[in-house]
Amino acid sequence: MQRTTMDLWVGLFVIIGIVALMVLSLKVGNLNVYNPSQSYVITGNFENIGGLKVRAPVKGAGVVVGRVTDIQFSTQTYDAVVKMSLDSRFTFPKDTFASILTSGLLGEQYIGLAAGGDDVMLKDGDKVMKTNSAMVLEELIGRFLFDKAAKDDSL
Amino acid sequence: MPNRIVSSIQNIGHRVIESVWRLGVASRFFILVLLKSGTSLRRFNLVIRELYFTGVLSLIIIVVSGLFVGMVLGLQGYETLQKYGSESAVGTLVALSLVRELGPVVAALLFASRAGSAITAEIGLMKATEQLAAMGMMAVDPIARVVAPRFWAGVISMPFLAAIFSVMGVFGGYLVTVVFIGVDEGSYWSQMQSAVDFRFDILNGFIKSCFFGVAVTAIAVFEGYDAPPTAEGVSGATTRTVVTSSLVILGLDFILTAFMFRGVS
Repeated sequence: MQRTTMDLWVGLFVIIGIVALMVLSLKVGNLNVYNPSQSYVITGNFENIGGLKVRAPVKGAGVVVGRVTDIQFSTQTYDAVVKMSLDSRFTFPKDTFASILTSGLLGEQYIGLAAGGDDVMLKDGDKVMKTNSAMVLEELIGRFLFDKAAKDDSL
Repeated sequence: MPNRIVSSIQNIGHRVIESVWRLGVASRFFILVLLKSGTSLRRFNLVIRELYFTGVLSLIIIVVSGLFVGMVLGLQGYETLQKYGSESAVGTLVALSLVRELGPVVAALLFASRAGSAITAEIGLMKATEQLAAMGMMAVDPIARVVAPRFWAGVISMPFLAAIFSVMGVFGGYLVTVVFIGVDEGSYWSQMQSAVDFRFDILNGFIKSCFFGVAVTAIAVFEGYDAPPTAEGVSGATTRTVVTSSLVILGLDFILTAFMFRGVS
């Protein structure tokens, strides 16, 4: 085979390979939405995180704005300290409400941020004061049964 | 009677020593290839020629099997997921299984049987027909001239082939689930994009395929260089290349997965 034809094929092969890698990172991995190099970290204390896991998404109005980077148990307050890394393009007011929500009926858990009305914005290392724990099915059923029993008594 | 026990223990010992000795020879050979690969990087034309034989000629089998693996994944994933009413997650299933596991592993298995066996047979036959010895007579180092270019061509082409395999698989899944079955196109891509992370999934899959490329080509060139210079020896070495590299790929994949995705450290 001619040298030049071989060079052409190898060049095509390498270009196809690089294009495949680009498609993987841009189209499949959606690299441009969340760039961890420009981000800031905030923490929040939750009474119960349910099934929240590290790398779970942090969403504002349903849009992914960051990810959970670390979950620790605090022996001082006896609750869970969740670290979230947010994209620095998205800033939230200081009185933002963070709650652990579930996507769908059986879906994964994520943190939903609901913006407050404060003029001061959250900075790197800040703490979200208002948090809402995950819904735990047993607690929910327990509360329902308790309510029902109280109603039955009053009749 | 005691003689027979002693001899069977000796047999075990002999096998262990033999395999450790072989591993040592293979490691020394691997280091030798790395040390002598300066020539092939200076004369890059040698590597380009081998890239054509290992990379370009493997392209067809990689593209076709990637497409079909993705199509089957989409079909089976849809069958199971629609029982739970979450058929929109089929894109996530296809992309994650391809990028993390199937892309690197199946591409490496195909690469081992398509290109690895060819490398072993070629080097083994060169040895059997005393071409390597003739090169040595002409003061041309056969490791630098024959082995190192093949090794580097395999190492370079493996990550590209794995990426092409994954992309074709994602496209195959798209073809079956979105075009034929009628899953919503938007949810196919968006669920995939929200679940697949660049660093965690794609970069780790890429690193995996680099490891597999080094393992497969190192085994292939060693088996070829080490083959007994007979027709039988070359055929045995080719078989050993495919078997050993397939087993090494699967074992290495388990170890790498444990380190990458379970946080074992």
